[in-house]
Amino acid sequence: MITKTSKKPDIFLKKGQLVKGKWHRKHYHVIKKLGSGAIGAVYLCVHEKKKVALKISKQSTSISSEVNVLKSFQAVQGYHLGPSLIDVDDYQAHNGFTYSFYVMEYISGESLHDFMRNNNEEWLITLLIKFLNDLHVLHQQGYVFGDLKLENLIVSQKPTRLRWVDVGGTTLQGRAIKEYTEFYDRAYWQCGSRKADPGYDLFALAMVIIRVYYPNGFSKGNSPKKTLQQKINQAVQIEPLRKLLMMLVNQTIVRAEDVKQYLLQYFIHEKTRSDRRENQVTKNRQEAVYSYFEIGGILTIGALGYVYVTLFM
Amino acid sequence: MKAGTLKQILLLTDGCSNQGEDPSLVASLVAEQGITVNVIGILEDDRSEQPAGLAEVEDIASNGQGVSQIVYQDVLAQTVQAVTKQAMTETLQGVVNNELKQILGNEKTMEELPPDQRGEVMEVVDELGETSDLEVLVLVDTSASMTNKLPTVQEALVDLSISMNARIGRSRFAVYQFPGRKKPIQQLVDWTGKLDSITTIFAKIATGGVTPTGPALKEAMYQFGKKSLRRRFLSDDYKDIEEA
Repeated sequence: MITKTSKKPDIFLKKGQLVKGKWHRKHYHVIKKLGSGAIGAVYLCVHEKKKVALKISKQSTSISSEVNVLKSFQAVQGYHLGPSLIDVDDYQAHNGFTYSFYVMEYISGESLHDFMRNNNEEWLITLLIKFLNDLHVLHQQGYVFGDLKLENLIVSQKPTRLRWVDVGGTTLQGRAIKEYTEFYDRAYWQCGSRKADPGYDLFALAMVIIRVYYPNGFSKGNSPKKTLQQKINQAVQIEPLRKLLMMLVNQTIVRAEDVKQYLLQYFIHEKTRSDRRENQVTKNRQEAVYSYFEIGGILTIGALGYVYVTLFM
Repeated sequence: MKAGTLKQILLLTDGCSNQGEDPSLVASLVAEQGITVNVIGILEDDRSEQPAGLAEVEDIASNGQGVSQIVYQDVLAQTVQAVTKQAMTETLQGVVNNELKQILGNEKTMEELPPDQRGEVMEVVDELGETSDLEVLVLVDTSASMTNKLPTVQEALVDLSISMNARIGRSRFAVYQFPGRKKPIQQLVDWTGKLDSITTIFAKIATGGVTPTGPALKEAMYQFGKKSLRRRFLSDDYKDIEEA
């Protein structure tokens, strides 16, 4: 896409290369490239036998900005907002230029796409509920994630959580969104401004969910908002989820906490209703076999208990 | 700390100039006036064009102390706002570096500070970028080969206005095309806060053969002067807009 920029060349780290910090003198062995974005690339590295993620860029200003965000996250006691920061330093490359980098915790996991291939939509909703907690805390800290997209999310295991891995777009509320991707951008779809407010993230989150249904995306057409609504109606079968997406896209629900409550309510409601239906069937069929009914009852209580535990514990 | 109003010329072109003075020379002159010259070279989507033909793009921008980027038109919108923002950051970094030199005495710049201190300085730069006023004069090459790219350019400009207006600081834009009918450049949109009203500005353009980039840049530089002169007379007007 972009073929050329000014003066300082881009930096590419090779497999097996050693990156030595200019200030803190720490060594990092490059294993492989994890991905690259508008600002620099992220590499999987090994430092003192531990896997870490290293982000390097020719724009030292952007690196400094991102480090500031990560540092402020560290200040949130007892809560893990994004990967934790390990080191910040400069790398003097062989071409004579200096490149800034920072090192963060390496979060392993699979993409949401891969995860959804093996799991149903109920899992998606469970992931979202937990994720909305994080988003809520982030918003309370006065930040907006900004560049929320599939590529910046990872499903980590034990516990199964949706986590963000790149904080490059994180912006103070009230300012202009630092980094965004068109498909997930509220202004691109003419559904609002590009100012950092919690609603911006929630719009992007809706687009993340939509992208799960449309892996290749779609173009905005002549009336972007209408296109979006059509696409939602065509793909999303679960009615409450469809309703939620509509509300998010129309920005009638703009607080992470509200979205979480909505999902929780739907989840409990849906579960109890399906359980009751099963119960009814059991009753009709097994009126004669009384003992089976008893077992059914115990199972139902067990199921409800399970739901309670997964949701609130 | 205040950086005042940041002034930029954003040149959108697809090729080499072929008339008038050397655009790189003019760009360094413009930069001397405190106006940054950013250049975006737009390539054909079918990937047939030779980027080598756009060597001039980088040359103009470096002389104009600005940012340059060569792109295919499908990513133009994001590039336009990214280049504008990056140029702002670089200008502000220059301002901050000057301050640092005064404080620290020697030739110390941000890049040479240890990471921790650099982070603190960066917060100041970020803050300035968000709150500074910005003036962008968009200069669009409308020679024949650009004709099919103009709808994309227009979309990108509307998008630029959306991005910049999300900032706390005030943004003003003007759009000029070159070559003009009789003059080097021709005004399409006078200084305005929002570009969303420019739905069909490029429609009426008769695109011609020559590309007088140098003279166009020079003429564009004068448009900043003219405007500030007029603004002094209209300063009362301005307050009304702010309050509304």
